[in-house]
Amino acid sequence: MMQSRRTSSLDRFIADVGPVDQVGIEERAAKFTTRSIKKGSKLWGLKTAVSMVDLTTLEGKDTPGKIASLCQKARAPSSDPEVPSVAAVCIYPFLVKHARKLLADTSIKVASVATSFPSGQLPLKLRLQEVRQAVSDGADEVDMVINRGLFLSGELDAVQDEIAAVVEACGESTLKVILEVSELETYDNIRAASMLAMRVLRADDFIKTSTGKASGSATLANTQVMLEAIRDFYLATGTPIGMKPAGGIRTAKQALHYLVAVKETLGDAWLNNTRYRFGASALLNDLLRQIEKQKTGAYQAPYYFSEASASY
Amino acid sequence: MSVTTKAAPKARKKTQAATTDRVPELIFGDLWEFDPAPESADPKIKPQYELFIGGKFVEPESGKYFDSINPATEKKISRIALASAADVARAYEAAQKAFDTTWGRMPGRERGKYVYRIARLIQDRAREFAVAETVDGGKPIKESRDFDVPMTAAHFFYHAGWADKLDYAIPGRPTEPLGVVGQVIPWNFPLLMLAWKIAPAISTGNCVVLKPAETTSVTALKFAELLQEADLPPGVVNFVTGAGETGAAVMANDIASKVAFTGSTEVGKLIMRSLAGSDKKMTMELGGKAANIVFDDAPLDQAVEGVVNGIFFNQGHVCCAGSRLLVQESIATEFVEKLKRRISVLRVGDPMDKNTDIGAINSRAQLEKIEELVQSGVEQGAKMFQPSCRLPGAGFFYRPTIFTGVTQSHRIATEEIFGPVLSVLTFRTLEEAVEKANNTAYGLSAGVWTDKGSRILKMSTELKAGVVWANTFNKFDPSSPFGGYKESGFGREGGRQGLLDYVRLT
Repeated sequence: MMQSRRTSSLDRFIADVGPVDQVGIEERAAKFTTRSIKKGSKLWGLKTAVSMVDLTTLEGKDTPGKIASLCQKARAPSSDPEVPSVAAVCIYPFLVKHARKLLADTSIKVASVATSFPSGQLPLKLRLQEVRQAVSDGADEVDMVINRGLFLSGELDAVQDEIAAVVEACGESTLKVILEVSELETYDNIRAASMLAMRVLRADDFIKTSTGKASGSATLANTQVMLEAIRDFYLATGTPIGMKPAGGIRTAKQALHYLVAVKETLGDAWLNNTRYRFGASALLNDLLRQIEKQKTGAYQAPYYFSEASASY
Repeated sequence: MSVTTKAAPKARKKTQAATTDRVPELIFGDLWEFDPAPESADPKIKPQYELFIGGKFVEPESGKYFDSINPATEKKISRIALASAADVARAYEAAQKAFDTTWGRMPGRERGKYVYRIARLIQDRAREFAVAETVDGGKPIKESRDFDVPMTAAHFFYHAGWADKLDYAIPGRPTEPLGVVGQVIPWNFPLLMLAWKIAPAISTGNCVVLKPAETTSVTALKFAELLQEADLPPGVVNFVTGAGETGAAVMANDIASKVAFTGSTEVGKLIMRSLAGSDKKMTMELGGKAANIVFDDAPLDQAVEGVVNGIFFNQGHVCCAGSRLLVQESIATEFVEKLKRRISVLRVGDPMDKNTDIGAINSRAQLEKIEELVQSGVEQGAKMFQPSCRLPGAGFFYRPTIFTGVTQSHRIATEEIFGPVLSVLTFRTLEEAVEKANNTAYGLSAGVWTDKGSRILKMSTELKAGVVWANTFNKFDPSSPFGGYKESGFGREGGRQGLLDYVRLT
């Protein structure tokens, strides 16, 4: 076979799944921020956002004690009984068994990052072992990172094979594939990586923007690239994939803009926590504060809301 | 292709997708309906407006007035003075006097100060003007707030900067103003078109008699109040309001050394005929039937966005609207499906709601024209698609409409509809795209969507259009000249080129 003149298999893959124009996608994303969400629709959006939060702590200093306070916050984010519990707690694998015990009587999922989070720089064998350990400890969901080095060097088959191997290792557990979009750098790459991952995922697995540990995290624009990839994939195959933006979403207003993007891109079937999540921690208390404001007309001081995890 | 679609590992039973007989489709329903989010600022519209002549509001000689209505509610919002030929003559005399005594002699740097002040005052009262524009014309508040009013200010700022630098516009060729200019503007962008006309005219030292469109006179008259606030010398800018007869008087007056018209090609031709043989300078910005050309390597979702922006912006009441979509055959089906899904989430309704994407059609007459042309499309066998959105009970509204299966000989492919109606045609090769795009009496704008840079350059030289946008559409800037080829008119507005249409080189 003649040697291909274009050496980059990544280029060929981008041509296959279609390019993304930077100016255009950023303009589209900016339009979501001009939507004005008021009154009842605001309250619905805020509560729905609470139910989509993956309440997260991913620090070297995490302990079983910290996880206990996180789990309690996840069960009852506020004293208001109308406020739903969050979707999941997202923690390191070592702490999964503690969280599992604390959340056994709830529908709150235990999500564990795995595969040598956040760099992914361990031999595949060890990463798979980590996934299996987290699952056997009781993780309902696994957040993996893709191998960005392999992706950027054009070893797309290898990237996809690794994801497929993690899917196997997950067994019954849901998989969320973190693309770490800021390290992929271009929107073309983000779309390509989304497509690459989705082709080996199962219905209701997720793709996710970021680890929260790199310099950049979720933006409306990179999330939009992924939403559009999910849409195109669903329409072509019938397999619905979920979306999880993570990192950098700190305010209720931002969260509403993200949900508007979901409403207008994927429609009603994605406006629930089996198809959409927010990877966040600080966001939760701002949502609670805004819900209180919608109900009472007054802002409460931040110290009225319990702190369960900072950062992220 | 080295990467293949692999079979997914055995999916969990509980969530396995139903891939059997159902074609997957998205649901854009009412799970999360948005509550009304009306803009609440007071537009400060007076119950009655007079003519603005010689720096004062004066009653029309005939004593006649006409009503201005809100096209979204069909309710009267104000009464506007009807200017007769005698009123227009008075306005010209005031303008000539201002030119002879103050404005024509004023040093550029002094003129510039006034124009800067006008620009700043528009910014100060941006919200009020945006609401007034929406109430009077029916365009969504989102657009008047984010586009019309900021761009209006931008045009005054830009031209204010030229006022003291005209000697350097063409080095070695000092300029002098023409005198008094007569201007007639359309109803689609009342304030912005006013800015396109007045800003270059007064910055270069001319005085102005301007007639706004009869359905959208309110913001021009509010602008007149703003000119009083800015202390602009009396007579530099005069507004005469009325319909076609008033406009004809503005165009025909002997004092006018130049006339500038933006509007339909039909009226433009009438004006040109009536002025044939006179020594008036003329610029005409007329109709369009622009082609948006999408190649198969284009970033499709962004192209969809651009096509939507190109035809549904301002209800399609845009002379440079991308009213024809030329899409490469290999992606035509996919692209049209994407377009349909996108317009299904456009929000049509109350222009004052901040979430409205498509507002009211400007007038009953325009609505009837759109309906008539759409009917012709159906009768000539094109396939129509409209989303099922609800329309308000009162007011003039029209659903976003896409016609597929359109050919060059359909009326909807050749006539300017000036409404939210897109005609989709297909092509196979670049040559065919160019031929079809240029196969029109108009030539105002075009759009090219492709990932290939060299193709953009080739297309931009082959397309006979004043503006060719690449991978975007409807982008404007005061420093960028705008104008047409063929029956879309002549003369340029904006930039140095636009400036030179308002001066004599000495």
